[in-house]
Amino acid sequence: MFSQRKFYTPYTSPTDPCPPIEVKSYETPPQLYLGFQPPCLPQYASAKEALHRGTLWPALYSPYESPYKRGDTGE
Amino acid sequence: MWYYEKKLQYPVRVRECNPRLAKFLIEQYGGADGELAAALRYLNQRYSIPDKVIGLLTDIGTEEFAHLEMIATMVYKLTKDATPEQMKEAGLGAHYVNHDNALFYENASGTPWTASYIQAKGDPIADIYEDIAAEEKARATYQWIINMSDDPELNDGLKYLREREVVHSQRFREAAEILKEERGKKVFF
Amino acid sequence: MNEPLTNAYYELLEEIQAVDFVLCELTLYLDTHPWDNEAVQQFNHHAHQSRQLKKQYEKQYGPLFQYGMSYSGYPWNWKEAPWPWQV
Repeated sequence: MFSQRKFYTPYTSPTDPCPPIEVKSYETPPQLYLGFQPPCLPQYASAKEALHRGTLWPALYSPYESPYKRGDTGE
Repeated sequence: MWYYEKKLQYPVRVRECNPRLAKFLIEQYGGADGELAAALRYLNQRYSIPDKVIGLLTDIGTEEFAHLEMIATMVYKLTKDATPEQMKEAGLGAHYVNHDNALFYENASGTPWTASYIQAKGDPIADIYEDIAAEEKARATYQWIINMSDDPELNDGLKYLREREVVHSQRFREAAEILKEERGKKVFF
Repeated sequence: MNEPLTNAYYELLEEIQAVDFVLCELTLYLDTHPWDNEAVQQFNHHAHQSRQLKKQYEKQYGPLFQYGMSYSGYPWNWKEAPWPWQV
């Protein structure tokens, strides 16, 4: 399933001083995939919702939460 | 010319006096990938770019000033009434002796803003690709600040600003397509 | 103006921010999609709505613009606090 967060597992050495973070992540938001925006994409139902999302189009919405907060990493 | 509108683009709230967070946020005020750099970059590049993308640079540059005012508001609220002692504890002692609680165009480590953060190459492709990269770097900076912040109301404003970087990047990517377009041929509808 | 602002102030302000946000999004979109007629219609509709809301706001809370973009009350009330970062 498509996700805006990608994961990778860096090599960990037995001599690494910090306890390893085994799975690292980075963000891949929608502008990387959309191409030239097609006309008439669906919009948020109200201006207020658009304001609070930061965009008028769900196709460009990119939610973000810290990956270091518990419960957010396994997604 | 420009007109000032006496309102913020988005309602900014912060939960508590927290100069430590203000120190991080200053990165988006006077840092290399901050809002001042963005506004000045786009509003300067527009003089030497093909007419068909001048409007976009003008409008995104103008919106960046609205974002600069939002960051200023966050910093202002986070440090308003903070005592010298609180500033010192937050790592802003050096800032305090130079500026009291005033804002200053500097990055999170106190280095003043410099024009060498931005470029105008005069080559339309080089400039638009710099702009796309600038939006992605600003988006990443917002992520790292959100990761450091435990103020949910502040994070609401920061997530809004991060989303605007996504939309600006989208528009600059479209501008690149417009610049690539063959004369008299439309690449889109 | 130093009496605290009411909920009604924040609600009207947010209504304006929402309509103006749609205008901001459509401005950038139309810069790269100038032939999207539906978006132009929506833009003009919201531009009208924004003007109505600002007329109402300015009547109660003072001018949003100056340099002649807004009318002035007497005495000159543009310079009155609160400023956007203070509210």
